[in-house]
Amino acid sequence: MSDRVMPDVTAESIKVIAESVGIGQLPDEAASALAEDATYRLKQITQEAVKFMHHGKRRKLSTADFDNALKLKNVEPLYGFHAEEHIPFRFASGGGRELHFYEEKEVELGDIINAPLPRIPLDVNLKAHWLAIEGVQPSIPENPPPVPKEDQHAADRPPGVTAKPSGKDGTKPAGKPGKAEVKGLPSEVAGVKLKPVLTHELSVEQQLYYREITEACVGSCESRRAEALQSLATDPGLHQMIPRFSTFVCEGVRVNVVQSNLALLIYLMRMVKALMDNTTLHLEKYLHEVIPAVATCILSKQLCQRPDVDNHWALRDFAARLMGNMCRNFSSNINNIQSRMTKTYTKILHDEQSHLATRYGALAGLAEMGHDVVKSLLIPKLKEEGEKVKTLMEGPVHNSVDKTAAEHIRALLLKHCAPVLAKIRPGPDNQEQYKTDFGYLGPLLCAHVVKARQQQQQQQLQATTTTAAAASVVQRPTLQIPQGRASAVLSAMAAPRTPTPQATTPSLLTISRPSTPANPPSTPTTPTPGTPNPQTKYIIVSTTKASTSTTLPSTSTISSSGLASSSSSAASTIVKFVSAAQGSASGGSEPRVLAQLPSGQKYVVVSVPSSGQTTTTSQGKTQAVVVVKSEGQGSQGQGSIVGVTSAAGTLAQLATSSSQDGTKVSSVSQSGATSKPNS
Amino acid sequence: MDQQTLAAVLQFLKNNKLKDAEAALRREAKLPDGSGDSGGSSRVATSGEVSSVLSAYESEGDLARYCEYYSSLSSFIESSLDAHKHELGCLLYPVFIHMYLQLVYNRHEKEAQKFFNRFSVEQEDWHQEDLRTLSTVKTREQMEVNDLMDTFRSSKFVLRMSRDSYQSLRRYLKQNEHRELLSILQDHLFIDVFDGVPRNREQVQATSGAMMGEARRDANKVKVLYGLPKEPDINVPLDDDDEGGDGEDKPKKKKQKKDLLLNKNKKADPNAPPPSRIPLPELKDADKLEKVLSWKEGLKRVPLGRENLPSICFYTLANAYQNVSAVGISEDSSLLAAGFEDSNVRVWSLSPQRLRTMRGASELDQLDKEADDIVERMMDEKTAADSWLLHGHTGPVYSTSFSPDREQLLTSSEDGTVRLWSLHTYSNLVVYKGHNYPVWDVQFSPTGYYFVSAGHDRVARLWGTDQFQPIRMFVGHYSDVTCVQYHPNSNYVATGSSDRTVRLWDVLNGNCVRVMTGHKAAVHTLAWSPDGRYLASAGVDKNVLLWDIAYGRLLAEMKGHTDPVYSLCFSREGSLLASGGIDNTVKVWDVQKVFEEIAGSDDLTSLDRASLVEVGSLLLGSFPTKATPVLKLHFSHRNLLLGCGRYQHN
Repeated sequence: MSDRVMPDVTAESIKVIAESVGIGQLPDEAASALAEDATYRLKQITQEAVKFMHHGKRRKLSTADFDNALKLKNVEPLYGFHAEEHIPFRFASGGGRELHFYEEKEVELGDIINAPLPRIPLDVNLKAHWLAIEGVQPSIPENPPPVPKEDQHAADRPPGVTAKPSGKDGTKPAGKPGKAEVKGLPSEVAGVKLKPVLTHELSVEQQLYYREITEACVGSCESRRAEALQSLATDPGLHQMIPRFSTFVCEGVRVNVVQSNLALLIYLMRMVKALMDNTTLHLEKYLHEVIPAVATCILSKQLCQRPDVDNHWALRDFAARLMGNMCRNFSSNINNIQSRMTKTYTKILHDEQSHLATRYGALAGLAEMGHDVVKSLLIPKLKEEGEKVKTLMEGPVHNSVDKTAAEHIRALLLKHCAPVLAKIRPGPDNQEQYKTDFGYLGPLLCAHVVKARQQQQQQQLQATTTTAAAASVVQRPTLQIPQGRASAVLSAMAAPRTPTPQATTPSLLTISRPSTPANPPSTPTTPTPGTPNPQTKYIIVSTTKASTSTTLPSTSTISSSGLASSSSSAASTIVKFVSAAQGSASGGSEPRVLAQLPSGQKYVVVSVPSSGQTTTTSQGKTQAVVVVKSEGQGSQGQGSIVGVTSAAGTLAQLATSSSQDGTKVSSVSQSGATSKPNS
Repeated sequence: MDQQTLAAVLQFLKNNKLKDAEAALRREAKLPDGSGDSGGSSRVATSGEVSSVLSAYESEGDLARYCEYYSSLSSFIESSLDAHKHELGCLLYPVFIHMYLQLVYNRHEKEAQKFFNRFSVEQEDWHQEDLRTLSTVKTREQMEVNDLMDTFRSSKFVLRMSRDSYQSLRRYLKQNEHRELLSILQDHLFIDVFDGVPRNREQVQATSGAMMGEARRDANKVKVLYGLPKEPDINVPLDDDDEGGDGEDKPKKKKQKKDLLLNKNKKADPNAPPPSRIPLPELKDADKLEKVLSWKEGLKRVPLGRENLPSICFYTLANAYQNVSAVGISEDSSLLAAGFEDSNVRVWSLSPQRLRTMRGASELDQLDKEADDIVERMMDEKTAADSWLLHGHTGPVYSTSFSPDREQLLTSSEDGTVRLWSLHTYSNLVVYKGHNYPVWDVQFSPTGYYFVSAGHDRVARLWGTDQFQPIRMFVGHYSDVTCVQYHPNSNYVATGSSDRTVRLWDVLNGNCVRVMTGHKAAVHTLAWSPDGRYLASAGVDKNVLLWDIAYGRLLAEMKGHTDPVYSLCFSREGSLLASGGIDNTVKVWDVQKVFEEIAGSDDLTSLDRASLVEVGSLLLGSFPTKATPVLKLHFSHRNLLLGCGRYQHN
């Protein structure tokens, strides 16, 4: 530490301190003499305290170190500064003076005495793991990822970039646990930076792992698939295998699009999502394989055998959302993913001849790009698209395929445009005005916008009980808690029911949408502290099924408010939607919702059964409302799951984590058991 | 003790009317009974000893010209031959310090400040810590109570330089008659002149850094008996193999190995101390059994080397709300003790054997004392637990050490005490008071009974478990003694200090037999190689240094850690060194390479000049943890590396 700052206690400070203890007129000489001595003592104490820090084997000097140093000098230690991680000094300036002070709050003793006892902290425990096995660090969660993300990036750089003697390479600390170093290879020979040879040979174990994972991901066993996807999403140290996985996905999509194998396409997209969720992986270099595959799943003319009945819309939605996430995470000035994708989408929309399904994909893709894109590209097109929908739905030629497509497009536009319109258009909403502005879609849009506004204004949340009978309701009132912005809107679109009974395809595909573009996809929400009503916290996951007549899919929203109302740590809510389709293309699907609430408080796993089995009643509904009500004091919110209703009778799994707080499942009710998935 | 100090002590005793003590001292020192020369000794002022030493700073010279003198010296050094430059460069720091202190002492605060600000930047990086301490001393009054000041005024700063360099310095001093400079050199510096080639920059830097300069050449001349004594014959049957019925050829193989080991042990080491040099506790039957068992474990040892890196099993302490300040692992790797900053100590079992306490006295009385498994029977099965909490200290616990028989545990703490705990009853047996200041480290001798402690009072003490008073005091460090390590043959104790030296003490007479300089910041951990010849040390300066105790010279410097190193351990056969610190990594170093290198070269030629063995990078592997500082490393008998630390979230 070579900075030559020599802070001194000034005579003025001494005078102020003297005044505070009741010595009014301290002579200047005395003050300066005292100041000098105080400086000396303070420095001496600090130097002693550093010794205690070193012996405490810490990097941070603590208040206890000062106390110990004072004791060493036979001075009574300062009481009242214990147990603080750090002392929050505040800074104030005024009148040309700068002041750092420690804000001491008055504490009501009664409050402390009457406060409920804090939870007993967990006992210290000792846990063993293998840091290395014969000199090789195993890739287990206890160890750091074998190659940090930055290094993967560095290794992935094209040779031309690395060969340049850039300052960046020089600054890379030599102690980084790179592969080259572990083997003792000097990566720098005579000043020339050599790119370490990266072997892309997989070990036998990795090959086995690859086989297992890929088989499980596209196999028929749903539980194995879930495990495999979990492994892809969480395991560190998969970076060596990403090229294989991305090729697998790419090839898989190519083959299965030709064969119109919807289920497999869905599985592959879920693999992509799992890989994207893995925070230790650096996907950027493999986007050239992944993006075409995902784009295919959004835009392909035909994705399934029977376009009239199979729910390929959900796949398009899911893939579009994936693409949206990719754009947010990986788009840069160099690759311009976002603008290139947007261009692709708009080109399709401009092409009058494009297939309806492709159009739907393009619209969905644009809609997932974020509010700005919706505002600038989708809303101006509303009128045009509305006309198209109108001609298809009311036109002379009745084609069920086209009509379904039109319904989907309409639903999509309404769903995504309404919230944006509600934000950018000043109220009040006038049906006629909308009609002139947006044509055919105007009135419906107006209704949606009104609803969106209501949601935004609604301060108090009421948990609506959703029963099986409520399926007849045209539109379920969806709830959204305003919290700056809707930080997590998890939309699950149910398969719209057409008059003809459908063969089921995986109907629900959900993906979380990150609250901010910067967030990695796995941590979608960060509850903003200080919401208007921090006392009530609800999480509502509702998946409703639109009725036949309107085919309006309602959005299901998960909003969490004030879950971390007072904690500064802003525990992030991790809501993970894992949708799972099972069996073959005709098998029932069972999308599951997995929500992890802040700081590992609780997990909510909801299985939403698929709707509209061919064999089951036409009243098969897909409804699952989980109301998680958490009433928290501070950051230690106690959560309890108030009620779970699962309409179609399959299990609504509620896994509650056994973490510190007593999360309780107070009632799990299953209503109106009507159908079982028949796979 | 020189005559002057002796006289001062005598005067002190006399003044305080301690006649017996005075007489005894005179007898010891073979001084004539001194009623006569009391007048002579009066020149050493007793109460005014401090002031007399301080008064050495009083100077009639023109203090204002110090800046000039210093720049003149500095430019002389700069312009001297490259060969001498680096050796002479060492002069600057002590001269700077003493000039500053003279200025302060003579109440030239302003000049002192100016002088300090102008030249302190030029000093080497590793001096900055001391300079910061010094910079707080701004008045004469403060000088008298500053520890570092004390050190500087009472001891001479040691410099070593070749005769050629010294001659050139003398020529300079003759030319420029700077009386003040000359007096500083005479009063406060000790220049150790040797014949030979002047050292180059690397060589000078390698050994500089200690608070009071380098070690004097004669400080490391005493022969150190670093060898290991012959293993005592143990007449415990060896053939009670548990897995005896495994096959025909297996026992045969073992036999051979056994013979090898036996031969090795039987060979008398010429450097080993005679077994009777230090009275050691006699081996009990249990100890013998222990030895055999550990030796048997050793047979299953995995040979380690640069091709075979160790497996590391890491123990993470989770949910520790208070910081963990010390971790100890028993020799046989079955127990782990952690000391916390909230003054608790917790003992865990690392083996499947859970921890039990002894039965009550009445129950014990009923036991058959002749039974073979009496120890087993004494234990109360009902009390088995995974860990035990030991309360007793009143400050952070800075060190823990298990006795070799695993029946006792020693802990040292900020409260100035060392405590001995029974691991049969999990209660405190003895409190050793004596340090009065924080005790930074404590360690049992490899044979048990003795232990050594070190603390803030700059003294390392040797104790016997059954005595309240220390048996030996090892005095000589200029600052806190931060760590101690018993030599494997129990005859020596190595200490590391925040004066940035490592010292070796003879247990027999309490003499300091080695002083090793080279660290640039406080030393916090030491480790002996299994053969007792090499010592590794590391600390706040992030470097691991390897020393050859036979000659007290620096062998290698291992750089790579990015934060202070707090733990070192040699593998059981001594071929690898593992280090860990609060940069959350375990690093493994190839020390075998160094040993091979020096085995080839002739030791005696390079004696005078500590030259680093040029072998390139010794780092074999670096194993980062997620967020756990490595506070303790330990190789098990089978060469499995155990690490321990507390997980630090966020």
